[in-house]
Amino acid sequence: MSTQHAKAAERFIRNKAQEEWHNETLRLVREKRDRQALLLPCWEQLRQLASQIKMHTITHLDKYIEQFANQAEANGAIVHWAKDAREHNDIIYAILGEHQVKKLVKSKSMLTEECHLNPYLISRGIEVVESDLGERILQLMDKPPSHIVMPAIHIKRQEVGKLFEEKLHTEKGNSDPGYLTHAARLHLRNEFLTAGAALTGANFGVAATGDVVVCTNEGNADMGTSFAKLHIVSMGIEKVTPHYQALSVFVRLLARSATGQPATTYTSHYRKPRKGCQMHIVLVDNGRSDILGDADHIQTLKCIRCAACMNTCPVYRRSGGYAYTYFIPGPIGINLGMLKSPGEYYDNVSACSLCYSCNNVCPAKIDLADQIYKWRQQLYSLGKADRTKKLLSGGLRYIFTRPALYGAALRLAPIINKTPRFLIYNNLNAWGKGRELPAFAKESFTRMQEKGKIT
Amino acid sequence: MPYTHSGLFIPCYINALYPEVGVATWHLLKDLGVKPVCPAGQTCCGQPMANAGFERGAIPLLEEFKKRFDSFEYVITPSASCAVFLREHLGRTGHRVYELCEFLLDVLKITGVPGRFCHKVSIHNSCHGVRKLHLSSASELVEPPYSKLRKILSLVEGIEICEPANTDECCGFGGMFSIEEPSVSVCMGQDKLKNHLDTGAQYITGADSSCLMHLQGIAQREEAPIRFIHIAQILAAGL
Repeated sequence: MSTQHAKAAERFIRNKAQEEWHNETLRLVREKRDRQALLLPCWEQLRQLASQIKMHTITHLDKYIEQFANQAEANGAIVHWAKDAREHNDIIYAILGEHQVKKLVKSKSMLTEECHLNPYLISRGIEVVESDLGERILQLMDKPPSHIVMPAIHIKRQEVGKLFEEKLHTEKGNSDPGYLTHAARLHLRNEFLTAGAALTGANFGVAATGDVVVCTNEGNADMGTSFAKLHIVSMGIEKVTPHYQALSVFVRLLARSATGQPATTYTSHYRKPRKGCQMHIVLVDNGRSDILGDADHIQTLKCIRCAACMNTCPVYRRSGGYAYTYFIPGPIGINLGMLKSPGEYYDNVSACSLCYSCNNVCPAKIDLADQIYKWRQQLYSLGKADRTKKLLSGGLRYIFTRPALYGAALRLAPIINKTPRFLIYNNLNAWGKGRELPAFAKESFTRMQEKGKIT
Repeated sequence: MPYTHSGLFIPCYINALYPEVGVATWHLLKDLGVKPVCPAGQTCCGQPMANAGFERGAIPLLEEFKKRFDSFEYVITPSASCAVFLREHLGRTGHRVYELCEFLLDVLKITGVPGRFCHKVSIHNSCHGVRKLHLSSASELVEPPYSKLRKILSLVEGIEICEPANTDECCGFGGMFSIEEPSVSVCMGQDKLKNHLDTGAQYITGADSSCLMHLQGIAQREEAPIRFIHIAQILAAGL
């Protein structure tokens, strides 16, 4: 009866030390975000504005995306249109082929993760190097990210130390963060110098100017694009924003929401290729225009991928990113997974206690929890509703729609209190895992009222 | 006054498990000049089914509710999450549903309560109470801090009030979430209980018996030295 998420979460929690550390670390990120938000008295107005700008932009996307593409081309960039992941990958492979590139250095991009670009290129003989430290660690471990902003948040520095000993030949037993970062930097420097092309994602695309804006803390995107003569931008069509005034709203919200920093260390604006170099922008749909027509879930297109909803989610913090079957975890991932393929990703819909904290932290005011509630309503018609829940809901409804039967049940219920423990606390009783059942009152409120005891 | 004749909705689990909460609400309202009417045949608002994904199953219950409570100007219930559900799903009738504390503060505008309670209590803020009914400010939002539960408890003679760390983080009950995701649910509850225990309070109190039921289940299993009491029982203590 349990979902894949529930089972994976149980395994995650079994390692109590890891669960506590993961929970507390991300809770601290949420608190850092709170402190930054409190410093801006206009915070709630900014969120409101961000939500309105995003809704306006995505509902006029035809106009803005075209304006963006025209501007970018006028600036000297080459714009490509990809309707899905396959086209995105094919386009990038063709560009690399044209330039005889054997090694591609990447900065963080969840879109390339969505399109499975790395395995696609690697299987065609291209060497792909992730240059974001967290992503590089995971690439060396052959693991996917567990968080969209802090991809290796679930890995401890001791594990990184061991990994670097093996892969980068660092000192045995040295897991000092400064030492390991320095080692990674030396190793990556060589990759930057020898890569034939650099790929970045795009946090924003400015329609009025054709600029691509990339936010990083490590400066790795800039290292990549400064050395290689070829810059490829992988950008989802919903990332476009009308102009610089609109961009300023998102720049103020993004880092504060994501990591509790007032700004990312680097906010890089790419307008045109350097002299003698090329800049390609691949605009990707991959299901986004379908979401535009979905009134219940159109708001997911407002997402700026800050991960604040993950950091605040009490379920995500206690189950880890790998407990989710979609590559984006947490509240936004539950929704995006269902939009991608409900039959494949319905297991994540259980990972929500409907606490609504995600709605409150989202800088674009996406109604994340309301959407999860709506997905739950659809599981039944998808044939994916949990059997126990269905049975319980049906049974309760049967009793609750029959007041006389309800009254009888209330009178009889206390008998359960006397049932031997072993009959109640067994594997079938999910409540009993860690909790005692409440006892039924000797006399219900209804019974007392019938007897005239409440006057 | 319209509220002298108000409907009282006793949620199903309060009826069966915690009737004393219903009784306390009844006496409290009477003492404050409201003549509560508790229509016969009321059962459940339908929230458990809807949150589990069976909203359609809740429709007949909502219709029954409407039949029984449509004639009242005010409907009062000692449960924040049931009040939220009814308000969001019952249109005109729903807007007349009040959680007990908000009724006392926003409608009756009380400045005193009959109860005397000489204990240290830790306030349990429920998610739907905070983020849906706005019984207190939410920690995620930049807004002036306030708490209706604290305000109303501070009217009780002899009471000492405290709140746990991460005061509005979910306790992990979440209706059927508690049985569909039992490991995460219990883990969240254990963390919440620990924060309550760290305050040194003798009682945990709140406006939702459902969260309290979940936390009490954990406290009993772990033999934690703390008791649970619905806010209505404190406000009505001694009546």
